[in-house]
Amino acid sequence: MPDALSIIVVEADRERAFMIVDGLREAGNFDIQVISEAAGLARRVQARDPDVVLIDIENPSRDMLEELALATGPKERPVAMFVDRSEDGLSAAAVEAGVSAYVVDGLQPARLKPVLDAAIARFRMFQRMRIELAEAKRALEERKVIDRAKGMIMKARGIGEDEAYALLRKTAMGQNKRLADVAQALVTAAGLLS
Amino acid sequence: MTGTVIPAGFVPLADAAPLIIAQEIGFAAEERLTLDLRRAPSWSSLRDMLAFGQVDAAQMLAPVPVAAALGLGGINAEFSVLSVLSVNGTVIGVSRRLARKLAAIGHRFTFDDAAAAGRDLIAAAGRDLRIGVPFPFSMHAELLKYWLTALGLAPPQEADIVTVPPPLMADAIRSGEIDAFCVGEPWGSMAVEQGAAVLLLPGRAIWSFAPEKVLAVRSTWAETESDLSSRLIRVLWRAGRWLSDPSSRGLAAEILSSPRYLDLPAEIIERAFSGKFTVTPQGQQRQTAGFVEFHSGAAGFPWQSQAQWIALQLAERNGIDRSKAVEAAGRVFRSDVYRAALSRTGADLPSASSKLEGALAGEIVVAGESGPFNLLTNRFFDGRVFDPQAEC
Repeated sequence: MPDALSIIVVEADRERAFMIVDGLREAGNFDIQVISEAAGLARRVQARDPDVVLIDIENPSRDMLEELALATGPKERPVAMFVDRSEDGLSAAAVEAGVSAYVVDGLQPARLKPVLDAAIARFRMFQRMRIELAEAKRALEERKVIDRAKGMIMKARGIGEDEAYALLRKTAMGQNKRLADVAQALVTAAGLLS
Repeated sequence: MTGTVIPAGFVPLADAAPLIIAQEIGFAAEERLTLDLRRAPSWSSLRDMLAFGQVDAAQMLAPVPVAAALGLGGINAEFSVLSVLSVNGTVIGVSRRLARKLAAIGHRFTFDDAAAAGRDLIAAAGRDLRIGVPFPFSMHAELLKYWLTALGLAPPQEADIVTVPPPLMADAIRSGEIDAFCVGEPWGSMAVEQGAAVLLLPGRAIWSFAPEKVLAVRSTWAETESDLSSRLIRVLWRAGRWLSDPSSRGLAAEILSSPRYLDLPAEIIERAFSGKFTVTPQGQQRQTAGFVEFHSGAAGFPWQSQAQWIALQLAERNGIDRSKAVEAAGRVFRSDVYRAALSRTGADLPSASSKLEGALAGEIVVAGESGPFNLLTNRFFDGRVFDPQAEC
């Protein structure tokens, strides 16, 4: 059994870094370190000389790691590269999920796979959480706007809450629009007129 | 959405303008195309997005597809360059500390003399010069290496060229991690606005006709989608023509400033288009003609000789056979595809696909496929001439 792979995770967001580290711990026995700052990234990675570096594709500092690709010259083993091209499906999945991996020391693809699988799973989970949070926020915003529109209609027409809501719904259906969009249009128009 | 949708990637820079303008002003729609524009956070991620099919076309640093063809940089993908997107457009800046040293030895910051600026820079900084560039494979890195080596300070032994993402350039120079940078606009001007840097030179002072960004596609895509490739080339040519009209500058800067694209002030973006720069945090102004070129002088034409110049610089540093480099470069820049796409449109097309690089001290009129047109000044600051014939 070879020694535990050493992995550096480059991630500024603490929570996210924890999540990735947890995911990696579940996937195997790795020696994991987290770097949270962009300054001198390539230098610090080089100093620690890990087997694998994991970084978010959205992180602009990723370009700093490309330098390592040239650090030891093209004649030696592949140094720093985007996930091994022999696993094309895995590379594409990694790009989809937003994770990029640098193999700092030429490494068997088979040893890299569990690392990437775990990282991809965690990145996906984080993306999903972010989308769900954004959707929950939007739903809340929309409910607020609908309530305001309802209130305006009730006041302007002197009708009850249920009736105002029914009117909004009917208008939305008649115009083939979303309820929240019709409500927003009303609130905006009222803002312009007042 | 009009016609065929092409997912296309860009990095937030002033010279992403041709792609953004092509979509926003409607040149894409004229060819029944919609560019689904995706902003990429870094060059390596844009390269990977293109390699793995998340986008079909991408703004790219001119040396990236050439490096890939030479097997450099860890990615094993084949890219084709359909068009040059922009010529020149980078700026060299120094830290305020280094600017004070330069002033102390009498440098006058004229913003146009690469030989004088380089000599003074070397005298002021000594041998520990650290310069930031956006990416290891970039015209920024090539220009700096050419410039400093010619003046007797050869990187990497005598000066460090390190990678710093453009949005972090101001921080890196303020914190002393780098002493100078070469970066695409508006990031040089942003560093000045943030009080971190003084601009020393436009990149064009080193090579006045340097291919900066190109439109890259996967080589397999260029083969199977030859009709889309042609339409894309025509769209970008029209966008470049629109951008070359001085009356377009304000609107172009306004469009690029939107949160979807650069998300930076239009006034700062416009400096690249007008060539009117604020070079010091105190507000000193310099004017430079032709800071970035999108159209004139057949700027979009992907010359074989441009690719060969890049390939030979890379080959020399990485111990790659010269004839192999020249051959690989010839496959990457698709002069033939570009020519076919624009024949019979009245576009200026040179009759040759290769030229001497660095041999034009001023504009000259040359014969073209559809009549004579002007080639712009093409000169290296040290007067050297690159003859691709001599390399074959």
